[in-house]
Amino acid sequence: MRIPLSALMGMVLTGAFVLAAVFAPWIAPYPIDAAVGKVWEGPSSQYWLGTDTIGRDILSRLIYGGSVTIFVALVSSLLSFGMGAFFGFLAATRGGWMDTGLSRLVDLMMAVPSLIVALVVLSVLPLNLTVLILVMGVLDSTRVFRLSRAVAADIAVMDYVEAAKLRGERQGWIIFREILPNAMSPLVAEFGMRFIFAVLFISTLSFLGLGIQPPLSDWGGMVRENKDGLVYGKAAALMPALAIAVLAISVNLVADWILQRTSSLKGGRGG
Amino acid sequence: MADLLTIKNLRIEATAYPPGEAPRQLVLVDDVFVSVQKGRVLGLIGESGAGKSTIGLAALSYGRGGVRLTGGQVLLNGRDIRTTGAAGLRALRGREVTYVAQSAAAAFNPAKRLMAQVIETSLLHKLMTREQAEARAVELFTKLGLPDPETFGRRYPHQVSGGQLQRAMTAMALCPKPDLVIFDEPTTALDVTTQIDVLAAIKEAIRDTGVAAIYITHDLAVVAQVADDILVLRHGKAVEYGATDQIISAPSQDYTQALVSVRRIDHAEKTAATPILRAQAITARYRGTSFDVLQDVTVDVAAGQTLAIVGESGSGKSTLARVITGLLPARSGQITFDGRTLSPDLAARSKDDLRQVQMIYQMADTAMNPRQTVGTIIGRPLEFYFGLKGDAKRARVQDLLDQIEMGAGYENRYPAELSGGQKQRVCIARALAAKPKLILCDEVTSALDPLVADGILKLLLTLQAQEGVAYVFITHDLATVKAIADKIAVMYRGKVVRYGQKSDVLSPPFDDYTDLLLSSVPEMKTGWLEGVIKTRKMASAGN
Amino acid sequence: MHPLIKLVVQRIALGLLLLLAVSVVIFLGVEMLPGDTAQAILGQSATPEALANLRESLGLNQSAATRYFTWLGHAVQGDLGKALTNQQDISHAIGQRLGNTLFLALCAGVIAVPLAIALGLIAARYNGRWPDKLISGVTLATISLPEFVAAYFVIFLLTQVIPILQPVSMVFPGMGFLEKLHAVALPVIVLVMVVLAHMMRMTRAAILNVMQSAYIETAELKGLSPMQVIWRHALPNAVAPIISVVVINLAYLVVGVVVVEVVFSYNALGQYLVDHVAKRDLPVVQAVGIIFAAVYIGLNILADLIGIIANPRLRHPK
Repeated sequence: MRIPLSALMGMVLTGAFVLAAVFAPWIAPYPIDAAVGKVWEGPSSQYWLGTDTIGRDILSRLIYGGSVTIFVALVSSLLSFGMGAFFGFLAATRGGWMDTGLSRLVDLMMAVPSLIVALVVLSVLPLNLTVLILVMGVLDSTRVFRLSRAVAADIAVMDYVEAAKLRGERQGWIIFREILPNAMSPLVAEFGMRFIFAVLFISTLSFLGLGIQPPLSDWGGMVRENKDGLVYGKAAALMPALAIAVLAISVNLVADWILQRTSSLKGGRGG
Repeated sequence: MADLLTIKNLRIEATAYPPGEAPRQLVLVDDVFVSVQKGRVLGLIGESGAGKSTIGLAALSYGRGGVRLTGGQVLLNGRDIRTTGAAGLRALRGREVTYVAQSAAAAFNPAKRLMAQVIETSLLHKLMTREQAEARAVELFTKLGLPDPETFGRRYPHQVSGGQLQRAMTAMALCPKPDLVIFDEPTTALDVTTQIDVLAAIKEAIRDTGVAAIYITHDLAVVAQVADDILVLRHGKAVEYGATDQIISAPSQDYTQALVSVRRIDHAEKTAATPILRAQAITARYRGTSFDVLQDVTVDVAAGQTLAIVGESGSGKSTLARVITGLLPARSGQITFDGRTLSPDLAARSKDDLRQVQMIYQMADTAMNPRQTVGTIIGRPLEFYFGLKGDAKRARVQDLLDQIEMGAGYENRYPAELSGGQKQRVCIARALAAKPKLILCDEVTSALDPLVADGILKLLLTLQAQEGVAYVFITHDLATVKAIADKIAVMYRGKVVRYGQKSDVLSPPFDDYTDLLLSSVPEMKTGWLEGVIKTRKMASAGN
Repeated sequence: MHPLIKLVVQRIALGLLLLLAVSVVIFLGVEMLPGDTAQAILGQSATPEALANLRESLGLNQSAATRYFTWLGHAVQGDLGKALTNQQDISHAIGQRLGNTLFLALCAGVIAVPLAIALGLIAARYNGRWPDKLISGVTLATISLPEFVAAYFVIFLLTQVIPILQPVSMVFPGMGFLEKLHAVALPVIVLVMVVLAHMMRMTRAAILNVMQSAYIETAELKGLSPMQVIWRHALPNAVAPIISVVVINLAYLVVGVVVVEVVFSYNALGQYLVDHVAKRDLPVVQAVGIIFAAVYIGLNILADLIGIIANPRLRHPK
């Protein structure tokens, strides 16, 4: 199988980010909260990416912040994916009132942009990691629900699924052996998209000051801490911004490739 | 007289892009010779993949998708159009050569009125004024038997039926008075009874306008009605080329002989016996509708025999199969099987009831899970109903593969790696694996090429003799019915209009609908079409 | 009644119903979450008496349904209540800011829409060739950026590297139109970037989808030139999907605006919302949330209506 260069780059970069996040304490050159240098120093051999608004090493904070961002995004996208796919498949295979009920509920949740809902909800709930992950996961599960319901509904009307029903197969076999294997590729690509969305979402919330709270810090929060420096020509805020962008683009490249492979599987007319 | 169109040494290629593999060059058509004289009709016939549409489009120097004309000459009115530039091609397309597509429903622009589309070419090439073009369109609508020809053109494509659209597309092709029209399977997508009317209309229009035509189809009996000459194609190569009479009465090649003798399977009707399945007074409707698709249907079939259910789309024949399987519980009536009453709902039937009644589908492609191997597909019923595992299962799968005449080496293949006929055979094996007493066959041969379909019918007959399984055989094709049935039920708009042993149903006197249906099966002889149109008692059912 | 009118009326009614449901969820759903407005205002150290007094004066002791209907009744008349934090009239505070937000969104829309359609057409026309790959690659990158990241890159570029603009967008009443335009240049650039990518990609997909139809082949076989094929046959069928793409993406602007306003300290609705979420000022959050929801729902209904009206099957029933 040939992997295009863009997808390969995406995989390598994504892998590097994940490794850095996992091994943060061993990789980071300085502790996360120590003011080791002067305020807003430029990049040097000592501080590769410079120092921040109170003289902390940006590279170290970037590595630690990455583990927070990636952890929150991963857990919330797993949550949204699990919930969305489960209910989506259930709605598609059961049909009837369960389908109608779930679909209307999702319509309602999607009638308002996620960021607005999140802001409204976060104005009452305490701001901690669990709440953030739950809110993001639940809000985003609506998109996964719609996709998996559509994919499963397309497959559920295929004759081979009917054949399995006629054979007397149980729901479990039909979902896991007949439908799921055929729905995997679009769902895997969708997981990539959901993960990116979660990264962007948590970064945006943190940037607005409504996401990860001190003493923890993520990339969005780092942009917020250092944004005033931009006016004086200090590029510190751009480092975490760049990290967000590169991670998102890397995952996007991989997801795009998976999605393209899926659509080409359907093939044109026979020769 | 000089030829209107001469195609010499034509070679057509395309590039395939299999996912995850290197691109591959395919030769679609190789070294084909075609010639059409003014006012003559050439029939192109072949199975799917024979390259017949590709050759038809070559007359317009048009390649669909990534298809390229890579060799030979296409001489139209004396000049080679392969070497004509883009502007030259635009000037001849729609003026000298026009095209009638298989699916007129897709080939008409849904956002524009029919008249605007029919006269577009005439105006584009400045062949006539708008008034002249509209007058000609109305004249053609009349000739083609369209309703209200004066106002027909004001409608949008979705406002008229499939048969009417196909006639309108013919009008669109004839309107600019071209020298040559390419008809690409123009009646294939239509119902059987409609097909004959449209075919007759097309033939008359060709004769009256004196246009030359290339008529592409997979059905030799159809092309025999309209063509003066026939070119038989297979795998992109010419098999036989000759006058229509010679091709159908004295074919010289084995392949042509096989095509001519197709649908001549002999099957002696079995005598009536005690039914194994009886559907009594079935009435059914789909959820959310207020119309009974089945009304008071009563049929039965004896063990080891075949009941054929014949009808057009919308007759309710497939719905009957869904009711028998329990997918669509009937509103009233009952189904008795092997002496006991079956629950109307699938969910309430016992595993053994489910095992006894199996189903084979029209599209083998969608009837098999593309992610399962042949071994899994056939092996699952063995495991599910009989608890077979490991070597025992594998041995039985191989037995079944032998029974469907496929032999060793298929167990680990995926459906995508099989041919159309092989796929349908695997579906038959899956049904047989359950050791059923009854198999429902829903249009199982209609998506297949005629020769392949014949093979499947023969296999089904052999299996019936070996296993004593009964078939309920649903089809729109009377030729198939003659080949396989012991008993026949003719369905029309949700009712059984004629029912009995095969010999009785197919002997006169006929009711109007059965007569229409019988008379709609093209026969492999010239001049049949004119005779039939004169003697029909009833206009086509669907139109 | 013409079935088209019936469908349109149905869709609008459905939209209103949806908005009502959203208002119920925003008002009551928030109340069901663990958390207490009074506690939020007074902080953890508040005495029980103070809490009780505050609840009383805020009307928190009444049943949720009563409070919802009271609120709804006032809201319909344009009275959205008072902010908890500073007792300001919410409707008044929103009035000014809503205008600023709409001005920003409008400027971005006016630039982004024609640009997106033009780029989408170019990408579709040269499908698979270099102009398409270039446009698609660049837009893939912009889609991957959150609004604030894009914003800071643009700020750094246009205020530091090429210092031609100011990083803060102040608008105030009495400002001239041109001055205003100059003030919002940076946020508009950022919003255009963000919306453009989505809009262009969806436009390209819509056109390609139409170009694959069998009737396009029919048109080519009639001898029409590529431009004639696009104008006469592709466009009449692509207009509806393109317009609905445009409208749906204008709805994305609603979200983009919130973040961009914060980045540029632009005194408008989004900034107002984020401030009061941090202050836990529930009445303000609810009111602004519903306004954003209403705009978003309204745009989505508009997209649906355009789709319905453009469908010849619905315009000319059998």
